Amino acid sequence: MSRRGVFAHQFRSDLSRFWRNPQSRYFTLLMPIVFLVIFATIFKGTTVVDGRRIKITTFYVPGIMALGVISATFVNLTQTIVTQRENGEFKRLRGTPLPASIVIGSRAVVGVVVAVALSALLLVLGKLLYNVPIPQSTMPGLIVSVVVGAAAFSCIAFAISTRISNAEAAAPAINITVLPLYFISGVFVPESQIPKLLRNIATVFPIRHLAEALRGTFTHAHGSGIAAGDLLIIAGWGIAALLIAARTFQWSPRSD
Amino acid sequence: MITTDGLRKSYGEHEVVGGIDLQVHRGEVFAFLGPNGAGKTTTVEILEGYRPRDGGEVSVLDRDPASADGDWRSRIGLVLQACTMPAELTVRELVELYAGYYPHPRAATETIELVGLTDKRDARTNQLSGGQLRRLDVALALIGDPELVFLDEPTTGFDPSARHHAWEVIANLRELGKTIFLTTHYMDEAQTLADHVAVIVAGKIVAEGTPDTLGGRDRELSDVSFTLPAGSTVAELPGELASSAQLREDGRVHVNVREPARSLHALTGWALERGADLGDLTVGRPTLEDIYLRLTDGQQEQPE
Repeated sequence: MSRRGVFAHQFRSDLSRFWRNPQSRYFTLLMPIVFLVIFATIFKGTTVVDGRRIKITTFYVPGIMALGVISATFVNLTQTIVTQRENGEFKRLRGTPLPASIVIGSRAVVGVVVAVALSALLLVLGKLLYNVPIPQSTMPGLIVSVVVGAAAFSCIAFAISTRISNAEAAAPAINITVLPLYFISGVFVPESQIPKLLRNIATVFPIRHLAEALRGTFTHAHGSGIAAGDLLIIAGWGIAALLIAARTFQWSPRSD
Repeated sequence: MITTDGLRKSYGEHEVVGGIDLQVHRGEVFAFLGPNGAGKTTTVEILEGYRPRDGGEVSVLDRDPASADGDWRSRIGLVLQACTMPAELTVRELVELYAGYYPHPRAATETIELVGLTDKRDARTNQLSGGQLRRLDVALALIGDPELVFLDEPTTGFDPSARHHAWEVIANLRELGKTIFLTTHYMDEAQTLADHVAVIVAGKIVAEGTPDTLGGRDRELSDVSFTLPAGSTVAELPGELASSAQLREDGRVHVNVREPARSLHALTGWALERGADLGDLTVGRPTLEDIYLRLTDGQQEQPE
């Protein structure tokens, strides 16, 4: 098989493993939808974003989309990498001729594909349930934001996985990282209700920038829909994480 | 096939492998024996290309494993000491996945049959028993049709029937002409499977040879054992048996003899005279286990 053929072979297997795994189905795919429905049910009316008054549901669809992208890549990949490293699966794969780039790349591409699919699903549900318009002229910006976000958060997963020593520790480590940031980054709570200090803290991290970039395509904050500033910060995080991962990534279990 | 010359490896101050020389020839089953913590797995992982060494020369399939590439990896098969299989895939899917990694894989169906998992080919791996998982592991090691197979403690934790089944699989591999490097701490496993055996204790090779000659076993005494006929005493035994026999707690007499034919002749003549048939008479050699225990005597087991 050609290298591309081997990649496709591995990708198909990794994708069907994702789909068959109940944990990834429920936590990665179902949870963001549940969050969207809950927030849209609890909070009614409108909110102000960037000086524009928008429906609260128009606020939540892109916010939860950011959460979905992060679940599909950062959360899902970190858990997968730590689990498969610690149970010896990666070590075994390194004993085959399968190139390391395919082991890593296939799992990352699964994350990106799931992120894109989940974003599309949230768009459709937003339209059907809450009549949130699907962005038209800013669609290219929306797609670029999802892909850049998914790629960057995949890289962050590779970097952080080396800091987590066992599979049991992965979920708490992931949650302690992302949950507080969801609250202060305009994912769970409208930004107008977040104190300035917390908003400033959130600005350092990529979650707020992803939520802003996605939301901009719904509120037409940026002409073309491409939030260049936010995307550059997200990409910067991704590249820094990739450099760290390239230096510290481990194939064998920590217990070895 | 495999040659090491003065292979060394230390972790910090602790020297785990202290300069060992090994020779494994094409087509043979080589068993690497030793207690836990003796350096077995470290040595195997250096040969497999997982760990760097600190000193000595190593050649595996005419290559230095430290600079192994995909081409070299396609010629070896590995069964690691512990590996969890992907729970979401079936036996057949996993074997076919691995087949895709190799340039000239074996047929998946045939390989699954070779390890005796045909009945389970459509089961997810989380529905397999420990023994079945290990056999699946062997199938993955073989799917690339390797010349050399490393099996690191392939039957640890097996029940007796699973172990015998695994032995059949390994015997089949030998029929296929594979070279097999096996680590184990079960003597009966080495005895049954191996052409050559080396024993490592505290990072040094303390003995090597065939299972039958290891530690000068072929020159050992024979062990004759029986229950004394009713009403007889050890002192009444014929000739030199009377002086060298030991009556053990289980009521059996054990005598170590240098010339078993002569001693048995005397013993059976003596028994016939008394009308006894010595119904539980056994003649044996010290087992490989006896030899191994003597070689590794006093070695405390250490975690790897």
